[in-house]
Amino acid sequence: MTVIRLAAAALALIVATGAQAAEKSVAITQIVEHPALDACRQGVQDVLAEAGFVAGKTLKWQYESAQGNMATAVQIARKFVGDAPDVIVAIATPSAQAAVAATKTLPIVFSAVTDPVSAKLVSNWEKPGANVTGTSDMAPVDKHLAMIKRLTPGVKRLGFLYNPGEVNSVSSLEALREAAKAAGIEVQEGAAPKSSEVLAAARSLIGKVDAFYVPTDNTVVSAFEAVVKVGIDAKIPVFAGDTDSVERGAVAALGFNYYEVGRQTGEVVARILKGEKPGDIPVSGVRKMDLWLNLASAAKMGVKVPDAMVGEATKVFR
Amino acid sequence: MSLIAFLGTLETGLIFGLVALGVYLSFRILQFPDLTVDGSFPLGAAVSAVLIVGAGVNPFLATLAACVAGAAAGLMTAWLNVRLKILHLLASILTMIALYSINLRIMGRPNIALLGETTVFSPLDALGISTYVAVPAALFVLIVAAKLAMDWFLNSEIGLAMRATGANARMARAQGINTDFYTLLGMAISNALVALAGALFAQSQGAADVTMGVGVIVVGLAAVIGGEAVILPRTIFLATLACVTGSLLYRLAVALALNAEFIGLKAQDLNLITALLVAAAMVLPSVRAPVKRALKGDTRIVGPLK
Repeated sequence: MTVIRLAAAALALIVATGAQAAEKSVAITQIVEHPALDACRQGVQDVLAEAGFVAGKTLKWQYESAQGNMATAVQIARKFVGDAPDVIVAIATPSAQAAVAATKTLPIVFSAVTDPVSAKLVSNWEKPGANVTGTSDMAPVDKHLAMIKRLTPGVKRLGFLYNPGEVNSVSSLEALREAAKAAGIEVQEGAAPKSSEVLAAARSLIGKVDAFYVPTDNTVVSAFEAVVKVGIDAKIPVFAGDTDSVERGAVAALGFNYYEVGRQTGEVVARILKGEKPGDIPVSGVRKMDLWLNLASAAKMGVKVPDAMVGEATKVFR
Repeated sequence: MSLIAFLGTLETGLIFGLVALGVYLSFRILQFPDLTVDGSFPLGAAVSAVLIVGAGVNPFLATLAACVAGAAAGLMTAWLNVRLKILHLLASILTMIALYSINLRIMGRPNIALLGETTVFSPLDALGISTYVAVPAALFVLIVAAKLAMDWFLNSEIGLAMRATGANARMARAQGINTDFYTLLGMAISNALVALAGALFAQSQGAADVTMGVGVIVVGLAAVIGGEAVILPRTIFLATLACVTGSLLYRLAVALALNAEFIGLKAQDLNLITALLVAAAMVLPSVRAPVKRALKGDTRIVGPLK
């Protein structure tokens, strides 16, 4: 009896998937499960739903995570190419590279990739041309630098805390060096290859820097309290690349969140589902940014926040 | 599973077959648990990528250079063990963590893209066959050659001395075998194979990334042990065959896990499903004999299944 019922269920499943063949399909591959990347994926899904492509109802939605393993990312990319969805969404650089290596024809939209040109996903931002486009999460370091100068006008030396093994942070460092040179600021590096080494990296910069800047670096952000502790002890203001770190003690951040990056990506996916070619859609940078302030930290680290900035902030912790 | 996904599974499995052969040499032949591979795999990728992208070196030469770099890493671990008398596991961990920094130094940044570059796989484009087929076919030829070379080597006089070193170092020394030399040599060959795999993997997937070594030793060990569970390693020929088979089976397990949605499993369950499938493969031999007897109609009770 049960066998017959199982067979019937299996048959129903096959018939159901067959009936859905006409609808659009999106396959999404992500290198690892991580709050920022998960939020990004959610953003894609939500925007698509608003555009009428509801995952599981009017859109065939497939999601795989490589759980940090590159070889698995390659296999996922191949599986998706075999399934031939209408769009492959690839979150983070390694997954995107695996997808681009796997197909030259299926549309690929990447997200949360800092520097798509040096990752060789696209040849240029304006008109990618091939089957690939997407959204970059490159931190707008020039805007961050302007914010830091507004809050600590005397800053001459800026301490950059990061993990040299994280692609995004290295790209940010290069961009920061450019921007800082123009602003007459010297950048001092504090390298922390593991989160347990963040405290030591921050301490090593005491006396050498007038302010700390922590980019969106997974390693350093996961031990952010250590930087805050050094900042308070040595009266060195700490600035962050992501807004969530403000609640954890950074003086300020002009940040974006990955949910918004995902929403931006989702808009691109929807355009392709409606018939546009990925090669005609420019790669977009982060659009929406929020200023968050932490006045308690500012007081502890000796920063005077102008009233005008408090008025501009979307969120103020006191 | 679609054909493209299956061919991709073969491709990755064949590349990791080289890792399995390397791990077999260190772990089974020399009895040397070697974590260096987590560093020598990305080392091979890094060296080949830098030479191809940065210096415009011929990809075959770049891949050869990757093997040499891998051999150097293996020598380092073996030297720490035989000369400085550091416990083998610890010696390999030391080399592995040092390689993380060294790889970053070599690459200059954490990720070097190889998409669109001329690689060892580029000549295959001229054949007019789809790369989905041509790359795994070429890798198949390579892995068969590597396997046969390994068989020949382990049955040669040097290879026999190396096997004796691993099997019983004291006895080997008593026979006049320089066990230190064979440990150094074996570890160099083992890590050269792993670095070769890293270089090929980077070139086939389009990038070298400093984090790509994470878990390579686990995959290698799972391939060696899982393969031995399926093919009993009675001879060297069968043992190396088991390594390659194990690597392919491991990748098939991952591919199956990726296709497990229909039973309500999700993306985050991937590692768990893979572990369960590999565990199942390892239990296989103890189940095999009774099943075989049952199939032959032999109804004698020979004790419970183990």
